Amino acid sequence: MIPQLYSVRQIKQETHDTFTLELDPKDGTKTPSFEAGQFNMLYVFGVGEVPISISSDPTAPKYLMHTTREVGIVTKAMRKLKRGDMIGVRGPYGTHWPIEESAGSDIVIVAGGIGLAPLKPALCHLVARRENYGRVVLLYGTRSPNDILFQKELKQWRADFDLEVYVTVDRAIGSWRGNVGVVTTLIPKAPFDPLSSVALICGPEVMMRYTVQELVRRGVNHGKIHISMERNMKCGIGFCGHCQMEASFVCKDGPVFTYGALENIFGKREV
Amino acid sequence: MEILKLAIAEHPFGKNLEPRFLKMLAGGAAHVSFKQDQHIFREGEECDFTFLINSGSVAVDIYSPTKGAITIQTLSDGEVLGWSWLVPPFRKHFDARALEVVHAISIKGQYLRDLCEQDHDFGYELLKRFIGVVANRLQKTRLQLIDIYGDN
Repeated sequence: MIPQLYSVRQIKQETHDTFTLELDPKDGTKTPSFEAGQFNMLYVFGVGEVPISISSDPTAPKYLMHTTREVGIVTKAMRKLKRGDMIGVRGPYGTHWPIEESAGSDIVIVAGGIGLAPLKPALCHLVARRENYGRVVLLYGTRSPNDILFQKELKQWRADFDLEVYVTVDRAIGSWRGNVGVVTTLIPKAPFDPLSSVALICGPEVMMRYTVQELVRRGVNHGKIHISMERNMKCGIGFCGHCQMEASFVCKDGPVFTYGALENIFGKREV
Repeated sequence: MEILKLAIAEHPFGKNLEPRFLKMLAGGAAHVSFKQDQHIFREGEECDFTFLINSGSVAVDIYSPTKGAITIQTLSDGEVLGWSWLVPPFRKHFDARALEVVHAISIKGQYLRDLCEQDHDFGYELLKRFIGVVANRLQKTRLQLIDIYGDN
């Protein structure tokens, strides 16, 4: 439960309200290994602690990266940190995307908004071991062209690593020539074999709910659909109960669950 | 005519349609193409045609004097463009612009309305298919309206 000290290496503005924090361990040790989909508790001293997914490459963890939106007191304070400032880090915590286990399958990744950040380590892994997988399809939806995260990486994945990347936005003005519409509209025509596909979904819960519906309609097995849940996580290790969802703790048993495991409670108002 | 019948049958909109209905649709249909950036129709125009898109993508725009064309939706192969032919006063509500070369099957709106009046079995079958298109668009539009990627 005691945070490790990390120093800010760089803060990179990704979009108007989203930034990536790059961190090095203060004691000069190696950045700890982690699995794609796990999160850390980041502590801005004197302000508070928040859970944020790791967005760096798990196959080559040179430094720790966390991409987040400026939404609350802690993330706003985080954005104001400067190079060399200290931050507390606990983790990595939680379950991970089933990347190694999915070798040989088609992989369909559906991301909404900031939800692309927790999926980035999975994409890095798929790119690094591209030959182990069938078709890899990324369907990414966001509000507008200005909100598209990791634009450089998206271009690179599409061009150099045989990833099929489809981006859609809710509204577009000017030079945008891509798709306009919610991300679920991309699913019916996306080029993957539903019977041999593993789906990874991350985004706001409403978006995930409709995405699951479309994937199931395409024929993807409930147990092959993986979703990353978000709840009010506090301790990160299943003690406090803040993130309890029926018998599960999102911080300990999640954040990555199969849809099959959650289908009876997913979208339920009381949970 | 036979080629058009086959083309309509192969489009998702025409899937499993009775042969006689396919023949009726084909009677008012034609293959059409649009160049990149060509307007297929504009807001306020009379709704002469509906289009079954075979390839390419189309932006559905609202024009704003201050912002220019605001794209609210894109449609591509396998989708239907234009259902205002069904609803009085039969005027287009949006602009449609080809984002790349578009190949489609056009079907005359007045021709469809006449057939629907003359043959209610045909009309009912057509309405069932168009209501599916409309319901799907409405659901997707609702998701766009709630700002699905925000902190809802």
